[in-house]
Amino acid sequence: MKTFRIGGVHPEENKLSAGKKIEVMELPKQAVFPLSQHIGAPAVPCVAKGDLVKVGTKIADAGGFVSAPIHSSVSGKVAKIDTIVDASGYRKPAIIIDVEGDEWEPTIDRSEALVRDTTLEPKEIVARVQEAGIVGMGGACFPAHVKLSPRTPVDVVIINAVECEPYLTADHSLMMEKPDEILVGVSLIMKAVGVKKAYIAIENNKPDAIALMQEKAKGFAGIEVCPLRVKYPQGGEKQLIDAVVGRQVPNPPALPADVGAIVQNVGTAFAIYEAVMKNKPLFERVVTVTGKSVTEPKNLLTRMGTPMSLLIERAGGMPEDTGKVIGGGPMMGKALLNTDVPVCKGSSGILLMTEKESLRGEAQPCIRCSKCVTACPMGLEPYLLQKLAEHTDWERAEAEQIMTCIECGSCQFTCPAHRPLLDWIRMGKGTVGGIIRARNAK
Amino acid sequence: MNVILVAVIALGVLGLVLAAVLFLTAKKFAVEEDPRIAQVTEVLPGANCGGCGFPGCGGFAEACVKAADGGSLEGKLCPVGGQPVMEQVAGILGMTAEAGEQRVAVVRCNGTCANRPRTAQYDGVRSCRIAHNTAGGETGCFFGCLGCGDCVAACPFDAIHMNPETGLPEVDESTCTACGKCTKACPRGIIELRPMGKKGRRMVVRCVNKDKGPVAKKACAVACIGCGKCVKTCEFEAITLENNLAYIDPAKCRLCRKCEDACPQGTILAMNFPPRKPKAEAPATPEAKPVTPQEPAAKESPAAPAVPAAEPTPVVIPTVEPAPKAPETQNV
Repeated sequence: MKTFRIGGVHPEENKLSAGKKIEVMELPKQAVFPLSQHIGAPAVPCVAKGDLVKVGTKIADAGGFVSAPIHSSVSGKVAKIDTIVDASGYRKPAIIIDVEGDEWEPTIDRSEALVRDTTLEPKEIVARVQEAGIVGMGGACFPAHVKLSPRTPVDVVIINAVECEPYLTADHSLMMEKPDEILVGVSLIMKAVGVKKAYIAIENNKPDAIALMQEKAKGFAGIEVCPLRVKYPQGGEKQLIDAVVGRQVPNPPALPADVGAIVQNVGTAFAIYEAVMKNKPLFERVVTVTGKSVTEPKNLLTRMGTPMSLLIERAGGMPEDTGKVIGGGPMMGKALLNTDVPVCKGSSGILLMTEKESLRGEAQPCIRCSKCVTACPMGLEPYLLQKLAEHTDWERAEAEQIMTCIECGSCQFTCPAHRPLLDWIRMGKGTVGGIIRARNAK
Repeated sequence: MNVILVAVIALGVLGLVLAAVLFLTAKKFAVEEDPRIAQVTEVLPGANCGGCGFPGCGGFAEACVKAADGGSLEGKLCPVGGQPVMEQVAGILGMTAEAGEQRVAVVRCNGTCANRPRTAQYDGVRSCRIAHNTAGGETGCFFGCLGCGDCVAACPFDAIHMNPETGLPEVDESTCTACGKCTKACPRGIIELRPMGKKGRRMVVRCVNKDKGPVAKKACAVACIGCGKCVKTCEFEAITLENNLAYIDPAKCRLCRKCEDACPQGTILAMNFPPRKPKAEAPATPEAKPVTPQEPAAKESPAAPAVPAAEPTPVVIPTVEPAPKAPETQNV
C-alpha cells in the first residue's frame, strides 16, 4: 500500500467519534463571523448594523483575488461589527448577527435530491465556487477558486480524505453519509480544471469509507479511490501528491500545480457540490467535538459563527479535568484562548485535552539523536533550524530551507528531549518570510 | 657538530631573508588608516553594544571621523558614554560636541499580576517573541507585557530586570545607557527611549493598549481607555490621543502633573518626583495648585475594582501545537 517517502510519525489515532452519525447542531442565539476566515486579504463587510439578513445572504465581499466572501449562516439582524478573539488567538474584526428564526434565501435549493449533471462551463463553475466563498476545508482555508485556476496545466486531481490528524472524524463521517454528493463535487472539480483523472486518497484506518467510496465511484468516470497506509502528516498537500502519484513538489515558491496536481479536501468537494448544484454558499460544516474525557464525542453539522462552547455543551459539557481546548486536531491545531470562539470555515474539530495530556514535558538539551531529522516529512533538520532561529541566524536559516517547513509538528512530537522545536521554527519562518518579502519588494 | 652548525646557519640566513621580505611587503602594502579612528575608538566605552546605530565602537569611530570631515558631528551620539565621551570625541576631531539629550528606557506597561487578571495560561517557550507569535497573550490585554523577559536577556548592561512580584521588567536608570536593545527585543514595542528629563523627572503614559475603552478596562485595571481627559487638562498640548491611547510628548511636557490627577485610570505615572506634599515644591509651573493629599489611593488602585476575577471564559492553555505525548510506541 502506498504512502509518502520521507519521514512521518505515527501518533495514537484516538478516533473516538468514528462511526457516529452526523448530528445537526441547533442554532446559536448570536452568530459571529470573523472577516479573516481564510488565507489572503480579509473580507470587506457589505452589511451595516441593523440590516436584516437571511441564511445564505452575503455579508462580506472578498477583499481581493486571494480572498473569499462570507455568507450569513443564520437569519436575523446585524447587531454590530466589532472585534472579537477568534481561533487564531488574536483580536480580529467580525460581524455579529442576532439570530431570529431560520429563514433561508429562496435561491438555495434545500431538497435532498442528488443533482448529477450540469451544463455549466468550467469558468462558470469556478465563478460559482468563488461566489460561494469556498475555501479549503482541511484547515488551511486557502480560497478554493484560486486552486481551481492553476497557472500551469494540470493532469490529476487528488481529493484529500486522509484525515491524518488523530481524533478528527469530520471528513470520515461526511464520506459515510454523503458519498454521492462528494463524487459529484469531485467531477465538478475535474471539469473546472479540465482533468480526466481524480484520486480519492483515504487512509486504511477507514476501511468502511474506502469500501463505500469504491462502490459508489464505479458510477463516475475517471474517479478512483486510492487507499493509503496510515502515517502522519499524509494529509499535507506535498506528502499526499508524493503518496498518490509519486511526484515531488520542489521547494517554495513552487506549487503543487507545478507538478500537474491539484489537491482539494473532501469537505471542499462536498461544499463545491452544494454551491454549484444547490446554489448554497458555504455556511455550515461538520465539526468533530472530541477528547478522552468527553462524554459523547460527536460529529456535528454546525452553522458557521456558532460559539464553540455550544458544541462542547452538546457533546456533554466540558470535562472537569480539561487542561487545554484545541481548535483543530492535536498535531496542527491551535489552543484556544476561550471557548466563545466561533466555528469558522476551517474549524474541523474541537479537542478537549485532559490536563495530564496537555502538559508539555520539560525541555532538555538536544543530544543529536536525529529523531526529528528522521521524522521530518520535508527532509529538513529541525534541531538545526531551531538553533538557527534561537540565535537569529536568518541567512543560514533561509539557506537551510526553513521556509519549506510545513509546520506539521512531527519533529516536536518525536523529540525525546521535549524540545520546543516547532515553536522556534515557526517564529523563524515568520521572520525569514518577512525578510524575503522585504527583499522582493525592493 | 658540523651538522648542527650548518643547520643553524642555514635557518638563520633563511630567517633573515624572509624577515626582509616581510618588512618590505609590509611597507609596500601598508593600509593607510586615519589615526584619528584609533584615537576615537580609544575614548569610546568599548561595549560594542550598537546603541549608536553603528556596528560596534570601531564602526562608530569611523563614522564620527567621516562626519567630522563632512563638517559636523550632528546626530552622532554614543548613548553609553553620553555627553562627556562625545566631548572627548569632538576634541580629538577638532569639533564642538552638540548637547545631546540623555535618554533612558521606559517600560510603558503597568499590567501587573494584580492589575491584569489572567484569562489563559501560556505554557510554551519562555520567549516573548514566540509568545507574541502564538496568541494574544495570557491576559485580556493583547498589547501589554508578556513577561518572558526578552528585554532582560537583550540588555548588555544588566540594567533591566524582571520584578517577580509584578511580573514586569524594571529599568535601573543609573545603569541604563539607552542603547535601545531592549526596545528592539520587545515584540510589542512597550519599551520606549525617552529623554531623561530634569533630575530624571518625566511623565509617562504607562500603557500601550489601543483597544476601545471598555475592552481595555476589562482587560486591565490601569489601562488607558482613551477618555481624553488628560488631553483636555494639558495646557501645553503635550498629550495626543490616537487609537484610544494617550501619548505624552516629552519635548512639550512641562511636568505640571495635572494629567496625572486627571487620569481616571491611574495610567499616567510621574517618575522620580519627590513624594507629594500639600505644599508641593511645584516643578517648574507656577500655577501648580497645592493638591489635597488624596493621591495615594488614586495611584496604585489595589486591583480589585474593575475586573471580576471569575470571567465566564474557562482557563485554557494556549500553546501552538500540543503534540499528544501519549504512548511512546512509535518510530525509532
